[in-house]
Amino acid sequence: MAKSRIDDATGVETVGHEWDGIEELNNPLPRWWLWTFYACIVFSIGYCVAYPAWPLIDKATAGTLGWSSRGQLEGEMKAEAARKAGLLAELDRASLEQIATDPRLRRAAIDGGRAAFKVNCIQCHGNGAAGSPGYPNLNDDDWLWGGDVASIHQTLVHGIRQPGDDATRMSQMPAFGRDGILNAVQVQDVVSHVRVLAGEEKPSASSQRGAQVYADNCAVCHGTAGEGSRMVGAPRLNDAIWLYGGDRKTLTQTVTNARYGVMPSWGNRLDPVTVKMLAAYVHSLGGGEETPAPEAAPAEAAAGPAAATK
Amino acid sequence: MTAHDPKMSADHSNEIGLYAKRKSVFPKAIDGRFRRFKWLVMAVCLVIYWVTPWIRWDRGPYAPDQAVLIDLANRRFFMFDIEIWPHEFYFVAGLLIMAGIGLFLVTSAVGRAWCGYACPQTVWTDLFQHVDRLIDGDRNAQLRLQKAPWNAERIGKRALKWAIYLAISFATGGAWIFYFADAPTLQHEFWTGNAAPVAYATTFVLTMTTFIFGGFMREQVCIYMCPWPRIQTAMLDERSLIVTYKDWRGEPRGSLKAAQKATTPLGDCIDCMQCVAVCPTGIDIREGPQIGCITCALCIDACDKAMADVGRPRGLIDYCTLEDAEKEKRGEAPTPLLKTIFRPRTLVYFGIWSAIGLALLFMLGQRARLDLSVAKDRNPEYVMLSDGAIRNAYTLKLRNMEARPRTFTVALEGLDGGAMFTDEMEAASARKALSIEVPADTTKPVRVYAIRPRGSAPAQFAFVMTANDDEGGTDRAQTTFTTAQGNGQ
Repeated sequence: MAKSRIDDATGVETVGHEWDGIEELNNPLPRWWLWTFYACIVFSIGYCVAYPAWPLIDKATAGTLGWSSRGQLEGEMKAEAARKAGLLAELDRASLEQIATDPRLRRAAIDGGRAAFKVNCIQCHGNGAAGSPGYPNLNDDDWLWGGDVASIHQTLVHGIRQPGDDATRMSQMPAFGRDGILNAVQVQDVVSHVRVLAGEEKPSASSQRGAQVYADNCAVCHGTAGEGSRMVGAPRLNDAIWLYGGDRKTLTQTVTNARYGVMPSWGNRLDPVTVKMLAAYVHSLGGGEETPAPEAAPAEAAAGPAAATK
Repeated sequence: MTAHDPKMSADHSNEIGLYAKRKSVFPKAIDGRFRRFKWLVMAVCLVIYWVTPWIRWDRGPYAPDQAVLIDLANRRFFMFDIEIWPHEFYFVAGLLIMAGIGLFLVTSAVGRAWCGYACPQTVWTDLFQHVDRLIDGDRNAQLRLQKAPWNAERIGKRALKWAIYLAISFATGGAWIFYFADAPTLQHEFWTGNAAPVAYATTFVLTMTTFIFGGFMREQVCIYMCPWPRIQTAMLDERSLIVTYKDWRGEPRGSLKAAQKATTPLGDCIDCMQCVAVCPTGIDIREGPQIGCITCALCIDACDKAMADVGRPRGLIDYCTLEDAEKEKRGEAPTPLLKTIFRPRTLVYFGIWSAIGLALLFMLGQRARLDLSVAKDRNPEYVMLSDGAIRNAYTLKLRNMEARPRTFTVALEGLDGGAMFTDEMEAASARKALSIEVPADTTKPVRVYAIRPRGSAPAQFAFVMTANDDEGGTDRAQTTFTTAQGNGQ
C-alpha cells in the first residue's frame, strides 16, 4: 500500500493503492453521482417494503401494496372477461340464425368456439377436428345426425345416446351376429354387399346373396341404396367415409357386435353461449350445411330432431 | 515504491476526495458569428420539434391526417406521403444506419458539430442559460447571487427561474406525446383528463428529465453520462476541424499591462479570460483539445471580440485541424477549407451515406402495396368427402397497404379440377376464383377450402391475388395440395 502522490505524467493525484507498480489515478466522480447511488439504496428500501421481496421459509414477504403476479393475472383476466361481456351477452340474446347472418357475431362465435373446442372437444375429435375411428371427422360433409347449425347445436346440447337425457339422439343397431339374427355366412355376405355399395369391391356371388340380407335387415335404417338416415343417425354406407373403418374385418365386427357410440350432452356442462359458439365453429369447418328451408310441411319439420332445439 | 519522503506527506494532507462537487458554470453572454449561427440552429431545432406534430396531411378518409405520426397502437408509421408497416421497418433501420454514417461524415469533417449545435442537450441547456441571464443577469450577477444568502431576492429569483424552467420542460415533455397520437385530439383529451395514463406518465418523465438535465445537470451530462463524446473523440483525426487555441501565436500570454513591463515580447493572448467566461461547459480551451469541449465555438466569438478591442487579428482561437496547427506553427499556409472538408475519408463516408439513401429511395418506389401469404392446415392435412373428393384448408392473408378499401381476385393457379370456397360460403358454390374486399390499410385473414375430385394426385399450386382496380398489382403464394398419397413434394 503506497501513499497517494502526484503522478508525474498527468499531474493527477493517485488514490494510494498500488499493485505490482500499477497505481490508480484519482479522477473524482461528481458528488451528485454518489447521491444517485444513495437514492437508489433508499428506493430499494421502499421497494422492499412495498413489494414482495424477502424470501421466507414457505413464502416471501407480501409487501404493503399487496401486489402479486397472480393477483395481476387475475385482474387482467377479469378485465378481459369484462371486455368480452357485452359481446357474449349479444351472442346469448341472438338466435342461431341471427348469428349465422350477422358477420360480426358469426366471426366472434367461431373464434370463441375454436377456443372452447380446444378445451372440451379435442379429447375425442382431435385438435384439428379430424376425429379418429369411432369419433366422427367434423371437417367433412358426412353427418350422422345433420350438418346444419341447428342440428349440430341440438347434438351438442343433448349429446348422443347420453343416459338420462330425454332429448338425446337415440338409436341402437342390433348386434346381428352376436344375438344370432344372422349367421356367420350371412354376416360375410352383407359385409360384401356393403362394400359393393361403397365401391370398395366388385359385385360377387357373396354380395348378391348379401343384397337380400341387407334388404331384409339393414335397409330400414341405412336405406335401400345405403344412403343412411339422419333421423336415426344411421350412417350413409354408399360413400367414401367410414366411421369405424371399411375393411372386411372392421365391418364384420360392426355387423356382428353393432356399435353404440356415445357423445355426452354439453347443455348441462357448458353455458348456452359456449354451446352456441361451438355449434358455429363446427359448422364453419368446411362441411356445414345450410339450414333446411322451412318449405317442408310444418308437421314433418316439427317431427325432425333438428327442429326440436329448445 | 518508496514513499515516506516529506514532499509526499505534504501532498497527502490536502488530499482530494473520491467524489468532487460540481463546479458551477455561469457562462457570459457573447455575440458573434458563431453565437448567431447557434441562435439559428436552436430556433430551427425547436420549431421542428414543436411544430411537426401539428402539420396536417390529407390521406383520405381511411388514414390519419397527421403528417408525422408514430401510431404504435396500430403499428403504423406515417411520414408525409410515406406509410411504413412493421414488416417494412428496414426503412427505419436504413435511416438509422444513415444517421450513424452521417455522424462519421460530420465528425470527420467538422468535428463535434453535433455536440456543439444540434444536440438536444446543448439546445435546451443553451435555452435555460438564456433564462438564467434573463432572471439573474449576466455572469457576474449570477456569481453574486450564488454567493448571496437565501434572502428574499434570491428566493424570489430562484422561484421565478425554476418556474420558467418547469414551464419550458413541460412544453418539451408534453410536445413529445403528440408524435404518437392525433395531436389536436390528444391535446383536448390531455387537458380534460381523458388521455391515456401513458401520455401523462411520458409527459411527467420527460418534463422532469428536461428540468433536471437542462436546468441543473447541463455539461455534466456531456462529460459524465453521454457516450457520444467518447465515440466522437475516437472518430476525429488530424484533419478534422476542432476548436483550437493557437498557442504558438498566443503564448506567452499576458495582459497589456504585463506586456509593457515584460522584457521579452509576449504573445497575442492578453489573458482576459473571456474564452473561459463564455464557455458553457466551464473549460479553458487554452489547455488544448479536451473531452469537455463540445466545439460550440463561443470562445472563438469571445476571443475575436477581445482581439478586435486590442486591434489584433481575429482567430487566436479558431476552428483549425491538428494538421493545420502544425503547419501554422511552422509558418506555412494552412490547407484551404474545402480541401480540409473534401478528402478521401469524408468522400468515402459521403459515398456510402448517399448509396444507402438512394437504395432506400429506390426500394420505397418499388415496394409492393399488396401481399398474399398462405398457411396450409396441417391438422388435418386433408379431408376425404363423401363422394371421395379431397379437400384441403388454407388460411390466406390478404394485405392491402393502401389507405382505401380494395377488391382483389384470388384465383387457383395450377390446381387441375380444383375449386375453392371460404368459410363464409356454401361448399356448393365453390369456384376457381373468388372476389374478396379488403378494408383500407388492413391485413384480412380468409379461410379457404380447396376441393379436387376423387382420385386427384397431390399437387403443387399457387394462390394468385390480383387487384381489380386501375392501379393493379399482383402477388402469388405457393403451397401444396395434400392427399393420402402425400403432398406432392
